[in-house]
Amino acid sequence: MTRLALGDFALVTSLGTGGPATLAALRAGRSGLAPCTFDTLPLAAHAGEVPGLDQPLPPAFAAFDCRNNRLAAQALALEDFRATVDAAKTRYGAARIGVFVGTSTSGILQSETAYRRRGADGRLPADLDYAHTHNTYALGHFVRDMLGLRGPAFVVSTACAATSKVFASAARMIEAGICDAAIIGGADTLCATTLLGFHALGVMAEGPCRPFDTARNGISIGEAAGFVLLEKPGPQHGPDTLLLLGTGESSDAYHMSSPHPEGAGARLAMARALVDSGLAAADIGYVNLHGTATLVGDAAEDKAISSLFGTATPCSSSKGFTGHTLGASGIVSAAICALALRHDFLPGSPHTSTRDPAFTSNYLLAGQEGRIGYAMSNAFGFGGVNCSLVLGRAA
Amino acid sequence: MMRVFVEGIGLCGPGLDGWAAAAPVLRGQADYIPAPANPAPSALLPANERRRAPKMVKLALAVGAEAFAAAGRDPATTPAIFASSGGDGETIHDILATLAAPQRDLSPTKFHNSVHNAAAGYWSIATGAMAPSTSLCAYDDSFAAGLLEAVAQVVSCGEAVALIAYDVPYPEPLLLVRPIGAIFGAALVLSPVPTQASFARLEITLEPAAAAPTQTMPALEDMRRATPAARALPLLAALACGGPAQVALAYLGDMALHIAVLPGAAP
Repeated sequence: MTRLALGDFALVTSLGTGGPATLAALRAGRSGLAPCTFDTLPLAAHAGEVPGLDQPLPPAFAAFDCRNNRLAAQALALEDFRATVDAAKTRYGAARIGVFVGTSTSGILQSETAYRRRGADGRLPADLDYAHTHNTYALGHFVRDMLGLRGPAFVVSTACAATSKVFASAARMIEAGICDAAIIGGADTLCATTLLGFHALGVMAEGPCRPFDTARNGISIGEAAGFVLLEKPGPQHGPDTLLLLGTGESSDAYHMSSPHPEGAGARLAMARALVDSGLAAADIGYVNLHGTATLVGDAAEDKAISSLFGTATPCSSSKGFTGHTLGASGIVSAAICALALRHDFLPGSPHTSTRDPAFTSNYLLAGQEGRIGYAMSNAFGFGGVNCSLVLGRAA
Repeated sequence: MMRVFVEGIGLCGPGLDGWAAAAPVLRGQADYIPAPANPAPSALLPANERRRAPKMVKLALAVGAEAFAAAGRDPATTPAIFASSGGDGETIHDILATLAAPQRDLSPTKFHNSVHNAAAGYWSIATGAMAPSTSLCAYDDSFAAGLLEAVAQVVSCGEAVALIAYDVPYPEPLLLVRPIGAIFGAALVLSPVPTQASFARLEITLEPAAAAPTQTMPALEDMRRATPAARALPLLAALACGGPAQVALAYLGDMALHIAVLPGAAP
């Protein structure tokens, strides 16, 4: 693909708000997971909750007010990000900047609450604004309006690969000349649908999740929002600029909620990302794994990584830091790859103490210093959807 | 301007039972006779998956399979874009009702069927497709957004891409806050170059100004307005007539997709 420049990521997770807070937590090995207070669950689950989501949106955006858009607003409010967006609007015009963002559950929490408040006639309360909160597009509509953009927009909702696939969609849109730049990323927030849904599937961990651990027992859910500007490289970009070098997408053709046991779809997505970037597996200095800490998911990804990269390439999952942020996991993973590239630091894996002895990839338990040229980010989701990204530096 | 060639069409809506049967109606050569749309379960799915597949999945698979059969293309190796204004209505209603009940025992199958990309997942299983798929939404303009994404992929990657657009209504009470008419699905297989199967070309521009959307014939105009995926009807009617025709699709309130529908091969 044509190489595209990435701005600074605007990221909010349970680790904190913005790049410096995220990096500090990664360096300290400090997890954002804690006992879940969001909902009463039938087991002692941990979650990566973000504070401050009880504050409503400004009155001008009241129609959009819901947990998911509030979390998006926290990320969109980051000053450096707004300055980047404003500069892009001056450079290209608001109609030439696309908004391609992802979510899995958008603001379904609003409808969950509304169903508990149904009237005697079975009707939902009048204050439920389905279009601006629950609907999948609500997040895209909110981001486009909040940033004052007037270009093409849609929301990609491919479960837990949503905010990875927006990189590929945006790259195609720019390549096709439909827009000059794009805001990509997305948000997913805690709701009963996912907490109880994953519990029903029997893949929720007691205690914090332990990716790639021999005693791993499932996922911890987190919430996150992240956004970044993607554009063609120009004179405004220095040698420190981070680039999107390649994307790779595939489908498992196997099962709706279980990954292919050999990681065939995952391997194909990674291989396609390498081809797209013109790089060899040996060029990749670090892989931020999907690694959600399920028994089968981690095993499949380990096989896919080992068969493509061998056993030396450093890799780790960040789910022990942030929890599995579902539809936002792609943008969280890409942002962590960006921090790794920029700050020469490869994050470890809090709560993982003993690597599964059957695994053969070079999984990092502790963070380590190290300068890398290229990083890969993985995100896989329900429906057997897989997406891998390759990021690197301009020089 | 982006140019693509249409190789195959799938269609399922009330009184519009497949492209071959519906094309004379869309050309105005046959009367429109309303009838409930009832897509058959896909024979491509393994029996257990066929049993678990919700209505939206049946609809998407039916129109997708029809379009690929007409195009003579292998769905296993062709990327696909899935556009809908929401997830499967009945599945999401069931989950919300269960979560509001004292015993919140969710069905794991319903949970995985609730994702917006459920149809894409079943499609991949049914066709053996390891090719990429993207599932997206732009509320009432989801068909326009899907067409934009599909055409961008055809043009930027130089490969054939399918667009599969579909909507099914929610049951009440959600239906009252999100009214959607009858189920409607449409699929197009698009190629970057003329092929033996292609019979029309589309020249598409995205304009940064609102435009009145092209309406369809009076008998179908209510359907076009009531179900987001049925916004495809004016384009389908132009394709049934063979062109040349101009179709405008509203997009996000302040933009529009302008589509020139032209007969046959490239100039």
